[in-house]
Amino acid sequence: MDLSAIIIEPGFFSNQPVQTALVVSAITAVVSAVVGVFTVIRGQSFAGHAFSDIGGAGASGAVLVGAQPLLGFVTLNVAAAGVMEMIGIRRARGRDLATGIVLGVALGFSALFLFLATTYTSTSGATVSILFGSLFTVAPSLIPVVAVLGAFVMALIAILYRPLLLTSIDYELAAVRGVPIRLVGIGYLIALALAVSLSSITIGAILSTALLVGPPATALRLTKRTGTAIAVASAVGVAAAWLGILISYDTASWSADGNGWPVSFCIVAVVFVFYVSASFPSRLGHRVRGHHQEPVKSLEPS
Amino acid sequence: MFETFMINAFETSAIVAIVSGVVGFFTVLRGAAFAAHAIPNGAFAGAAGASLLGISKLVGLGVFALVGAVLIAALGRRSRSDVATALTVALLLGLGDLFLSRSEEYSAQVFALLFGDILGVASYQIVPTALLGLACILVILMLYRPLLLSSVVPDVAEARGISPRWMDLAFLIILALVTTMAVPIVGAFLIFSLLIGPAAAARAFTDRPLPAMVMSSCIALVVVWAAIAVSYTTNLPVGFFVGSFSGLCYGLGRGWAIWGDRLRMSGRPAG
Repeated sequence: MDLSAIIIEPGFFSNQPVQTALVVSAITAVVSAVVGVFTVIRGQSFAGHAFSDIGGAGASGAVLVGAQPLLGFVTLNVAAAGVMEMIGIRRARGRDLATGIVLGVALGFSALFLFLATTYTSTSGATVSILFGSLFTVAPSLIPVVAVLGAFVMALIAILYRPLLLTSIDYELAAVRGVPIRLVGIGYLIALALAVSLSSITIGAILSTALLVGPPATALRLTKRTGTAIAVASAVGVAAAWLGILISYDTASWSADGNGWPVSFCIVAVVFVFYVSASFPSRLGHRVRGHHQEPVKSLEPS
Repeated sequence: MFETFMINAFETSAIVAIVSGVVGFFTVLRGAAFAAHAIPNGAFAGAAGASLLGISKLVGLGVFALVGAVLIAALGRRSRSDVATALTVALLLGLGDLFLSRSEEYSAQVFALLFGDILGVASYQIVPTALLGLACILVILMLYRPLLLSSVVPDVAEARGISPRWMDLAFLIILALVTTMAVPIVGAFLIFSLLIGPAAAARAFTDRPLPAMVMSSCIALVVVWAAIAVSYTTNLPVGFFVGSFSGLCYGLGRGWAIWGDRLRMSGRPAG
């Protein structure tokens, strides 16, 4: 038995759910990484996480009226992005509060829709399946939808790129230069809402938050250049997702009953390990470079 | 409306509402909405783990809430707090996923932990709830001045020798206590609504800490009791009413604040 067969259990690449999982997770990891770099720089992780829960209410509402869950997810998230921006205040504290209020109301509706769904239509609620979604249960027919939505989000970010970067790094300068700050802010929030909808509905809310925040935060530890950070974050995201899928697949082959570790847990654990290990080089570098280091304006102040 | 189980519901929810009103005041003041969402959500995983080990759910909740609080504080030392919080909640929920996949827990119990089970509160739950609530209030009383100072003017607090890092950890541990108290009663999602909505509404009416705290507790109490009563008569879930009433209170508070600003503006002499 050669080494590769020990690391990669047989049947990994020929397995249909695994193939779908590899493709879907790669697309969502890249989209999440691109959007997530700005989320981390702007300090909007809470909004990014909230959208996965808010969308859950939309999805269960959509199931209730017989519509596509994805449609409900996206609609409610875009609406929530609008409300957040409307009551949102520029300072991070006020923004988090606005996010919290919208999230609180959405969770209330989630409770209602779940109750109605289990009472009147006897379908199991979308919220829990979205919270703990599994990559291995993604239908292959969803791949085109994921690809189109992902491409749309990437296009939106590409259009917003320069003004978004400027408002994210230096708000005052952007205001002085006449950048339409509110427009850029709402545009970005919509991109975030779409990206989170895309990832939550396919791979679950846990993974959505992990892939949105983890790889970008890891990348911003390693580099301060936004372009490089986006590339590194995408690579880290895809690597974490594929490594997690492999671990989950392997654990299923090892155990007697084929009940492996859930793929969401495996990917989250890998993301977390990446993030924690990324803080070692910066700590070492700090010690080596010592006091003659140029004072660099950090994007992620510790 | 006043059968035994309803009396239990009114009593325990009153404790939860009053304590979360006080803690909510600090949550809103510190802008810690994300932590207030993350710790209850992460602690939910602890309950799943506890049922796997066959120990009390309250212990599992408490341990995971504390782990969450310490993890957020530890990661937050070297990165932005929102990044630390997001990674913590993802990691804890991932663990929850792992625990749930190992056990035969059916989803009804998952629902109860997420959305609460106010009407199903048993009499034996009142005592632990009251004790945990009391512990919360005691910790806040002990730390009242430094906590308030570091929340409002962190720089001044630091100059006076109050470490912002320790205050952060202390506050997160208070949140962990509230979580342990409230999740078995109102669920992981709704304790968040109760922490944010009433306190944010109260701040629109007054800037002074004590009146704001009292008011936030009162609003939380009214919200929960009204939600239970309406839920009883309409047969719809309590969570829906808690969430929407909290949001409504916030909306009223904002409206009041905007209206007050207008009045002051128009009252100002021209020129």
